[in-house]
This record gives sequence, C-alpha cells and structure tokens, in this order.
Amino acid sequence: MGRFHHHADGSVQEHDHRDVGDHSGYPETGVERVMVLETILAENDRTADQNRSDFADAGVTTVNLMSSPGAGKTTLLKRTIATLSPQLRLGILEGDIATDLDAHELEGLGAPVSLVNTSAGFGGECHLDATMVRSGLGRLPLDQLDVLIIENVGNLVCPAEFDVGQHSCAMVYAITEGEEKPLKYPVMFRACDVVVINKIDLLPHLDFDLGLFLANVRSVNPMAHLIEVSARTGDGMEEWCDWLRHTHLRRAPDRGTARSPHL
Amino acid sequence: MHELALCQAIADTVSQHAEGQAVTGVEVRIGHFRQVVPDSLLFSWELLTDGTELEGCQLTIDHVPAVIDCQACGEKTTLDLPILLCGSCGSSEVALVSGEEFLIASIDRTREVC
Repeated sequence: MGRFHHHADGSVQEHDHRDVGDHSGYPETGVERVMVLETILAENDRTADQNRSDFADAGVTTVNLMSSPGAGKTTLLKRTIATLSPQLRLGILEGDIATDLDAHELEGLGAPVSLVNTSAGFGGECHLDATMVRSGLGRLPLDQLDVLIIENVGNLVCPAEFDVGQHSCAMVYAITEGEEKPLKYPVMFRACDVVVINKIDLLPHLDFDLGLFLANVRSVNPMAHLIEVSARTGDGMEEWCDWLRHTHLRRAPDRGTARSPHL
Repeated sequence: MHELALCQAIADTVSQHAEGQAVTGVEVRIGHFRQVVPDSLLFSWELLTDGTELEGCQLTIDHVPAVIDCQACGEKTTLDLPILLCGSCGSSEVALVSGEEFLIASIDRTREVC
C-alpha cells in the first residue's frame, strides 16, 4: 500500500489508495494519505519566534520561570525585585489559571506586572503558550526593561512543552517536593538552564537527601546550573541574582550599546 | 494535562492541510520523552472534534522509542528513563537520536477519483 507521487510544486505525497474501485471515468471517493511532517506546536513556535524578535528589538532578556504550585516562584520574585531593582530593570508577566493574587503581591515593588489569566476556554489552561504571553506583552513597557521574567502557571509537566519566546528557562524547586521528581518530570528538568533549589532553610527539618536530588538532576540534565536558596530568609539570593545579571549581560552585545549604566 | 491544547493544535494543522476534503485519519509521531498520555490525547481528540468537520476522524499515535547513540563505543541504547548513559559502556558522551519527536506525520483525506 502507499504510492509516492511527485507533485508539480516539488512536494512528495504518499497516496494510499484504499478505496479505488472502478476507474470508469465517473468521479468517486477515494482516500489519499498526505504526508504533513509538521511539528504539532508549529503555530505556537511561530508566535514564540515573533515574541523573541520583539524582545530582541527592545533589548530585553526573557526568562521563563517554571515550577510546581507552591514551590516559591512568587516569593523568589518579590525578593529578586527588591534585590535587583532599580539597577536591573525587571518586568514580570504573571501567568495564573485564575485570580490576580500573585500579580497583586508583586505590584508596587518597582517592576511593572502584566497578568495573564489562562482560564478562558476549557476551564483553564495549565500552562502559558506563546499566544497567551503575546497577549500580555502590550501591557509592559518592553523598551524600558532589561529582564522580563515570565512566571508560568504552577505545573511540572505542561509549561515545559511550550516555547513562549524566552531566552532562558529557569525552574524553582522546593526541597519539600522530594528527591525523585527529576526522574518523574524529566522534560521540565531537561528544559531548564538553571534550577533554583528553594526552601533550603528547611533542610534540617526534613528527610530530604540533597545529594540524591542533585545526582538525579544531573542524570537528566548534566548542564543545569544549580543554586540553593531560601527565598524566605534571603540565603543564596545573591547567586540567583548574579545568574540573572550574567544571563542579561551575555545577551547585551546583541543590543549594541548597553542601556543600563548601573550594571 | 495539556493534551487538549495539543489536540487543538493538531486540529488546526489538519484543517490547513485538508484542502476542503474530509479528513478520515491523522497520524501523529510522538517520542518517548514527550509528556503525552496517549489515552488522554485520544480522549481529548474525541471531545474536541465532536460536532466539528473532523468528527469521526481517527487519531493514530505512533510512539517513537528513545534511543541514544554512544560516541565512545558506538553502541545504541533504548532508554526508558531519561538518564542519558550508554547501556554498554556507561559513557555519558551520548547523542539522543530519537525520542523527542512531536510531529503530525500524515493525514488521510477523501478525494475525488476519476
């Protein structure tokens, strides 16, 4: 079964004649198999490229920040803004299935916040896609930012599958989540350039085996940069903030002149 | 969890390639390291296409195993867990040759035969 036909436009299509019947000149119905070979997320990826291009034009470095719910993304961001602002001009795009609770917490700290609720459609998307991010960009002064942090929906599975146009992926992982998650959610851990290991102040109170967790992360992603922090006490924040600064500075040559004299 | 969103993306692409014909089948090729639950994808597909021009269109999932190619000893290893170590010599100098596929491979569409 299956025949390959070369078409005038140069494409090759495999036609699977399952129901050929009588070829006596009358039109009849057959089935043809057409090779598509297009990535499932092609449309998303095109929009992600548009976002990336807008970020490049504005000279903004964009970080897609992901984690499971409750790992501490919002607390980390509050402290990040307090530490880096105004030397590094931060903006936040806040993704949540519903409510403006997190966005509200981040407002007034010195970084503009744009909220994208994903609850439209089938009761709430569990991730941000490139189009949702794009819908929130108009509410941010991109030209006046150095780093845009996209706080994704809390979820260890889905956000990792969707390119939103970011330059780097980061995740926050709380040590209360156990040692084995890198093996259970490898796509997320493989996607990230940096893993911020949060709630490290709880280490004396837990059975968490930090060495085993680090080995598990390295087994799925040997390249990931690992930073231990407590967003609550502030321990380790300087290393995370340095990572953000360096990630931005590494991209700075793309933008011609540096626009942040304080850096 | 994101299978419904994937099905929407698949349906959009299928419609673009339908060229006005009825589409009776779609084959997707999904690598072992993608986080797609086949039953969820099939369920979402039925839910999403119900009552649309794609109602009844059969979704087929071609699962592609995750295979690494060892740069040190040249052996290939099929992986279950995403731990990228050669099964023969244990080297981490490996290249992933399959397992991250995420493709709409083909569609079956009806056509007029003369």
